[in-house]
Amino acid sequence: MTTPAEKTVPAESAPALTHHVGVGAPETAAVLAGRPQNSPEHTPERKTFWSQLKVSLAMFSNPKSATGLIILGVFILVAIFAPLIAPYDPQAQNLDATLQPPSFQHLLGTTHIGQDVFSQLVYGTRGVLVVGFLATIMATVVAIAVGVTAGYLRGWKSEALSALSNVFLVIPGLPLMIIIASQFEDPPLVVIAAVLGLTGWAWGARVLRAQTMSLRNRDFIQAARANGEPLYRIILVEMLPNLMALIASSFVGTMTAAVLGLTTLAFIGVIPVSNLNWGTVLFWAQQNNAFPDYWWWYVPAGLCIAILGVALSLVNFGIDEYVNPRLRSAGERARAMKKKGLNINATVTQVRTGSSAPSASTPSPSNGPAAEGATE
Amino acid sequence: MSAESQAPVDPTLVGTTATGTERRRTRVPWRFIGGRVAFYLFTLWAAITVNFFLPRLMKGDAVDSFMARSQGQLTPDAEKALRALFGLDKSVPLWDQYVNYWNMLLHGNLGISISTGMAPVGEAIASALPWTLGLVGVATIISFAIGTGLGAVIGWKRGSRLDLFVPVTTFLGTIPYFWLGLIFIAIFSTTLGWFPAGHAYEVGVEPGWNAEFISEVVSHAVLPVLTIVVVSLGGWVLGMRNMMLTVLDEDYITVAQAKGMPNRRVLWRYAARNAVLPQIQSFALALGFIVGGTLVMEMVFSYPGIGLLLLNATNAKDYALMQGIFLVLVLAVLVANIIADIAYAILDPRTRQTEA
Repeated sequence: MTTPAEKTVPAESAPALTHHVGVGAPETAAVLAGRPQNSPEHTPERKTFWSQLKVSLAMFSNPKSATGLIILGVFILVAIFAPLIAPYDPQAQNLDATLQPPSFQHLLGTTHIGQDVFSQLVYGTRGVLVVGFLATIMATVVAIAVGVTAGYLRGWKSEALSALSNVFLVIPGLPLMIIIASQFEDPPLVVIAAVLGLTGWAWGARVLRAQTMSLRNRDFIQAARANGEPLYRIILVEMLPNLMALIASSFVGTMTAAVLGLTTLAFIGVIPVSNLNWGTVLFWAQQNNAFPDYWWWYVPAGLCIAILGVALSLVNFGIDEYVNPRLRSAGERARAMKKKGLNINATVTQVRTGSSAPSASTPSPSNGPAAEGATE
Repeated sequence: MSAESQAPVDPTLVGTTATGTERRRTRVPWRFIGGRVAFYLFTLWAAITVNFFLPRLMKGDAVDSFMARSQGQLTPDAEKALRALFGLDKSVPLWDQYVNYWNMLLHGNLGISISTGMAPVGEAIASALPWTLGLVGVATIISFAIGTGLGAVIGWKRGSRLDLFVPVTTFLGTIPYFWLGLIFIAIFSTTLGWFPAGHAYEVGVEPGWNAEFISEVVSHAVLPVLTIVVVSLGGWVLGMRNMMLTVLDEDYITVAQAKGMPNRRVLWRYAARNAVLPQIQSFALALGFIVGGTLVMEMVFSYPGIGLLLLNATNAKDYALMQGIFLVLVLAVLVANIIADIAYAILDPRTRQTEA
């Protein structure tokens, strides 16, 4: 913390330094150990942006997050290049080929009026992702604004904002969505996204408030305040980098909820069926008694929702393990001990005959990740 | 050490400060209760106010849609009378409308439902609510118990094959309720014929406290309950497992094991008891999701609960009924949260001790 670099250029280097310390990244030990040799005088100014970016993306660099992001990327590509991928117009009717099972002409069969289900799903990806991202961005902006403000302020203002987010947390979201959405005759996409965002920001705000409150009393924030930095700079430059992992995690969580909410609203027919998404496909399947015989009509759409949800939760798993390294190291440590013939829950410390690695027998939270790195 | 030097008392009999607090009669955590009560009252007020302003901010209202449906068969006089009846008279100032609305609510009057033949909203909801409460209540308790227990065991046996449960339950948790319900109907009802596909009981059966009716209700509830449990299990398992991993690294677990306490006791009485606390706190968030999912699932199963009523009200643009349902749901969720709070205060002595 108190390297010469921080003393000479506190404002610029503080976020880069404290990001590791504050969040408790698995790399913390390595970074702290490596820092004196790598940067004896000061952090290189020119590389600040890129090193900052690399640090910000570190939470995605584990296998789980990467897998999730790849799946998400595939869906995004499908949404962008929908006209190229879809073999048919999703709304084109072909009354000669109704309710066809999957074939090479129609990869996922056809509907009751001969629409190609595969094309509908491809275009539906667009509807889901556009509304999903829009809603999530709105919700995240509100969550950051309310959460960070509530965490930074003190007294009744903080309590009031906290109570506000708790109210939105407790009120069941879906009925509220249904009621608001049904007030419109033909709600535009932005309104649907706004409704989904309105009911989805509270959890992120609550988590961010808690973290901001703990950051507020750290030394580097106190130093920034003592330096007379303006409030917006303290929040944007000093605090936000340290909140990135939580923001990303709440973004992903909100997106999952928004996708589920959107498809649910579409399925019950509250939002217009002209807005094609996976829920609309299920709505038409339900309306035309596709269950249970015409499985190609309803199974793929549900699987798409589930796969997107899995991708998003994989990203979140990765972020969780980055924020809380124990989640990963606990399993790895237990497996490593098992390999040596030890039981992690054994009540008695066992004496190993073939002593290969001395550090693994006394698991403690502080040296857990470091010990893992050492044994590998 | 100090106890020995000061007085010849056996330290094990004196115990720690915690033992002392335990020995005194249980303190009532007034501050904790007061804070929660204030919060719930505020939430209720916010929900009611949102409920009041929402229809008044929109362009059309219940009377407009009713007039449109009756297609000119009603005179302007009738419209005026309806407006007065619904408390939507535009000549009355907004503040008076608000006071009237509260007055109506405090008298238990939720308005009149257009879609159910001008019946009071309260009656329509009262006949549907028990079904939903039973369904959600049973399913949530089963899911919470199984999920938390499973999560505790998975966290305890960390690094073993049980870890595979986590991705599986998470995958199940990302499936929409309604879709899984439809799949279950297709598999267990239509194909295998094990369970009925919809409704709470067969048409011919007379409701009553007899074995035939109860077995009907149970067999009809199996698929909906199964759907809720399967989908909501993942969240409890993941939350409990993650919390267990954190708790198991604590020193007091090492101490408990070091003094030779049986593993079973360490797992359930020491680790799980502390790891379950955040689970109870996340109950508030989960319940909103579960209620939402259940509403849609009732539509799939044609289960005669609040969800089906809400769908019908939505299709008929019956705003009074929709708002009444929303209020009742908020109330139900708040009551469940109060129960969770009480459980939390019982399980976590710290909430009580901060009073001392």
